[in-house]
Amino acid sequence: MAIEVRIPTILRSYTDGAKAVEGKGATLEELIGDLEARHPGLKDRLVEKGALRRFVNVYLNDEDVRFLGGLETPVADGDTVTVLPAVAGGAA
Amino acid sequence: MLTISQALVDKIVAHARADHPDEACGVIAGPIGSDRPERFIAMQNAERSPTFYRFDSMEQLRVWREMDDRDEEPVVIYHSHTATEAYPSRTDISYASEPNAHYVLVSTRDENEVEFRSYRIVDGVVTEEEVEVVK
Repeated sequence: MAIEVRIPTILRSYTDGAKAVEGKGATLEELIGDLEARHPGLKDRLVEKGALRRFVNVYLNDEDVRFLGGLETPVADGDTVTVLPAVAGGAA
Repeated sequence: MLTISQALVDKIVAHARADHPDEACGVIAGPIGSDRPERFIAMQNAERSPTFYRFDSMEQLRVWREMDDRDEEPVVIYHSHTATEAYPSRTDISYASEPNAHYVLVSTRDENEVEFRSYRIVDGVVTEEEVEVVK
């Protein structure tokens, strides 16, 4: 078993077009590190200065990891992590 | 070019007017690859701001999953500007993250007149496109 990570369209250039990839780790940070080994460049699109980028939403199963523990959030085999770019903008 | 029904244009404009002076935002889903906006989904602006919008992250997850289950994609992503023209701001361009979507902007700065325009925003490049309104 592994952790399934669902990748949005805009980041599929890092995963050879795959909609979902698998990884392992005990925390979200470790999982992203594991993915980076096979999908170089992906980490930089998710993490900035040791924290999740503000305009990327990462969900563990049904929860936004911002409300869990950010990069420290524990993850386990069988979990699903979903990445969605935030939809945002405005006149300012 | 964006081809969209008058009924959907009316829904976007009504949402933008209702939320004025805050920015309104939402999605129109359509079958993947069809380029046909069909299913109107008004989203909450989690920022409740006259100068900024952001989809609520939990609502976005629910709506994106629903689209996935129905083999749909966001064909249109719309939002309103409430005091400025219906043209993508620097903020709009830097956060645009759906390369396949038509980014629709509506301006509600004039009470009597509606500006309704559509753009592609890919890798920081804005291209305005024609809007064809059909029955």
